[in-house]
Parts: sequence; C-alpha cells; structure tokens
Amino acid sequence: MTRARAAQLLATPMAALLVAFAGAPLIMVVALSFWSFDGLEYHPDFTLANYVEVFSSSSTWMILLNTVKYALITWVLTLLIGFTVAYYLVFHVRKLAFQIGLFLLCTIPFWTSTVIRMISWVPFLGKEGLFNSALLATGAIDQPLEFLLFSDFAVILTYVNLFTLFMLAPIFNSMAKIDRNVIEAALDAGATHGQILRDVIIPLSRTGIALGSIFVLTLVMGDFFIVRVMSGGQSTSVVSAMKNNIDQLYYPQAAAMAVLLIGVVLLLVSLILRVVDVRSELAK
Amino acid sequence: METQRKGLAFWLLTAFFALFVLFLYGPMIAVFILSFQGPGGGMTFPMRGVSLHWFADLFSSTRYGDLGDAFWRSIALSLLVMLITVVVSFFAGLGFRRRFWGSGALFYLAIVSLVMPGILTGLGIGTIFQSLGLRTSWLVSGLGAHLSWTLPFGLLIMFAVLNRFNGSWEEAARDAGARPGQVLWMVTLPIVFPGLIAVALFGLTLSYDEYPRSLLTVGTRNTLPIHIANLTANVTTPALYAIGTLTTLLSLLVIALSFGAISLATRKRK
Repeated sequence: MTRARAAQLLATPMAALLVAFAGAPLIMVVALSFWSFDGLEYHPDFTLANYVEVFSSSSTWMILLNTVKYALITWVLTLLIGFTVAYYLVFHVRKLAFQIGLFLLCTIPFWTSTVIRMISWVPFLGKEGLFNSALLATGAIDQPLEFLLFSDFAVILTYVNLFTLFMLAPIFNSMAKIDRNVIEAALDAGATHGQILRDVIIPLSRTGIALGSIFVLTLVMGDFFIVRVMSGGQSTSVVSAMKNNIDQLYYPQAAAMAVLLIGVVLLLVSLILRVVDVRSELAK
Repeated sequence: METQRKGLAFWLLTAFFALFVLFLYGPMIAVFILSFQGPGGGMTFPMRGVSLHWFADLFSSTRYGDLGDAFWRSIALSLLVMLITVVVSFFAGLGFRRRFWGSGALFYLAIVSLVMPGILTGLGIGTIFQSLGLRTSWLVSGLGAHLSWTLPFGLLIMFAVLNRFNGSWEEAARDAGARPGQVLWMVTLPIVFPGLIAVALFGLTLSYDEYPRSLLTVGTRNTLPIHIANLTANVTTPALYAIGTLTTLLSLLVIALSFGAISLATRKRK
C-alpha cells in the first residue's frame, strides 16, 4: 500500500460522515428549492416558482441586508475585542501558566446553555433592569431607556457576548506561536510598538483572524433564535424568516431562500480563504 | 511587548481584560443569583427574599416536562459525539499530513459543513430521512447533524496540532523496529494527546449546547437546548434561572469527571 493510499484510508471515516451529513443535506436543500408546493404538500419537481417568489419579494432583500448588517457589526466588534484580549494575554502576561489560566477563565461561561445566557440579559436590559435602575439612581437619565431591550442593540450585544470566544480562541492560538525573537529583532532594529503590531503581529496572526472571522460571520448569519427573542420579534434575519416558512411547512420556499443565504455565506468565506490560505497556513 | 516596567499600555489592557471578563460572567452570575429568588420574586432584580423555592418547583411541578430526561439525553449524545469526533478527527488529521486524491475536496467539504447554517443542515437531513421513509431520532439523525458541526472543528484543531509535530520521531521508532500499531500507540498518540483533549472539549460542548442543528433532526425526543428554548416561551418565572444554574453545575461536574478519568488513565499508562 502506498503512503498516499494509506493517508486516504485514514481520512475515509471523516469523508464518509461529512458526505452523509453535510454534502448530501446540502444537495437535498438545493433540490428541495426546485420542488413544487400546492398549498398542502410539496412534491419532487423542477420549478423556478420558489425562486421567483423569493427574489421578487422586496422583503427578501430587506431581510438579507439586515442579516449582513448584523454580521458585519458583530464581526468588527468581536474582532476588536478578541484581538485586544489575545494580544494582552500573549504579550503582556508573562507566565505561561497564568496566560493559559486566564484564557480558560474566558471559556468557562461557554459551559452554560446559550439559551440561558441569552435570557439572562433580560434582568440587565429591561425597563426595570439593572442598567436602567443604576442610571436612574445616578441621575444620568430621568426616564428608563427603552432601546436597551428588544432592539438591534440587544441583538448585537448578545451576539458579541456569545461569539467573541470563537474569535478569541483562534487568534490566541496563532499569536502564541509567534517567535519572540522576531519581535526582539524588530525592536532592536528600531521599530515602534505600532509598527511591530502592524507589520509583525497582525500578519503573523492572520490564520487565527481568518478562522475567527469565518466562525463569527457564519454563526451570526445562521442564527434565528437570538434575533427573534432579543429583538422581541421586531427584527428578522434570513434564517428566522426561513424558520417561519419551515414552521408552516413551506419547505421549498425556505430552501430557495436557503440557497440564496448559502451563496452569500460561501462568497464571504471564499473571500476570506482567498486572502488567507488557511489550510496551508495551518499545516506549515 | 517585553517592556521591563509595566507601562500605561499594560494597565489599560488589564482594565480592558477585566471589563471583558465581567461582560462574559455578568449574565451568568445574574442567573445564578436570581435562581435563589424568593417565592414572590420575579425574573429581574431586586431579590424578594432568598429561597430554594424555584429549584423545588422544578422537581415537584409537571409544568417543566421531562427536563431530567432531556438533560441525560443531551449528556449521552454529547459524550458519543465527543468520542466519535476525537477518533475520526485524529485519523483524518494523520491522513491530511500528505496530499492524497480528494484531500482538497474533503477540506472544502469540511469548510462547507462548518459554515452551513445549522438549521439548513437539519432541514436537509430531516428531508432525506423523510424521503427514505426513515424516522428521525436523536441517536441517528441527531448524532449525524451534530457531527457535521464538530468534525470540521476537530479537523482544524488537528491541523494546528500536527503542524508542530515532528515526523522524525515516528521514523526513529520505525527504524528501531516498531510495528505500525506500536508507533501509533506509543509515539504518535502520547505526543498529540493534549491536542486531542482540545478536540474532545470542543466536541463535548458544541454538541451539548447545539440548538439549530438539533431542531429538525432529533425527532420526538428533545435534547436539553430545545427543551429549554421551548420552556422560555411559556415559563416566565425564576424557575428558568434555576434550570440554568442546575444544568451548568451538572455539566461542569460531567466535564470534571470525564477529564479526571482521562488524566487518571494517562497517569496509569506512564
């Protein structure tokens, strides 16, 4: 048996599982988007009616725009926070054990149910919540702020709270691998801290930044539950609109919308992968 | 950077980190405190007394459905997902150390699997099962749906782990006359072991907490996240927080026990 053959054999279980539970479902969703729906049931068919319906509705584009807006704002915030925290842990915390301990500290809330952690913002943000009572008590405001809960603000706050870890972990990992001698050399050559950040640390963290960006963008674009609960039903994302279709068993329409969404997600991800070749970077 | 004295940047960043930790833990701590709310209290502060009322209510009332069943189902499923993810990602990671026919395609399939919105994976799997005349169940379609999420994570972590792995150790063992099984068990496995722990932790938690992929694939028996999400629609008492506190403590216990067992097992092998 050649070595390439053996390598192929080792990867076969992974390939089989992914074909069965990711490749086939994707093909199924695409096929479903061409099926017809007579108001009661859907049938195997080849019709473009679902696409016509989805693309001609102006609400589709509004919803898509809204989803992309959420994704981009959350991406920028999680990137800034995740990068800063990783930078602090790697370059300002001297002892390795302390570094890892602080990193693990950030991962513990991850063990609490996402649903519960989301709900738990309610006592903070509500009309009689902690923020409003605190602000009222200090006299900064004389009426409770209404925009805190059931708003875009609440949705994005929850996204950032839940997803920053997905940005932090890969950036932390690639920053920790940067050889300290490179930075010493740059300092010796007279580089400022800003230059080192821009020309050494950011380029060498790019694999982590790319992976984290992929995680966060796809998590936000795939969400339907957080946006529904935290916006109080006032705002919709593509997937929450799709979820409504699914609940009413309009599977083909949902699938047509899904194909549109997958197209946008894959476009974003392939842009990221074009900038950073994650596979060969990770295998370096 | 390696400044000798702790400058302004250090203190600013420390403050930023402290705020970040507070931001992460704040909601969790609020849940924890509010779950001990008195019987007359509501879902927000202030506390009206301190009691175990809402915990007791979970066990005595039928309003919450079979919460215990859902919890154990989620634990069983996530342990199974963890096991399969570790084994399959380990071997695939070893395979990916050289290029083989289809390796590029498999990598992109893993990326697609990772980025596909979870509810669509679920919709696809659910429809396939329906078309084939099979019934969806948490142990078959649910398991598959969770693996479509954890396996790509496992593979990416294995890439990162194996790039620090020096292949000459395996060569040396082979030259010394070790059989392939011995090389795997006595050289490769111990070296990549910390990485496998990371894969296991990811597999366990991603599966335990997974909601969108489960929704259309677990069939009639719900996992914990679905059960809790359903409860949020009807239950508007601190009992919800009691569920949060209880499940967090139990899942921490399960994690501690499983990793205690792993470290015990490795100590014996040494």
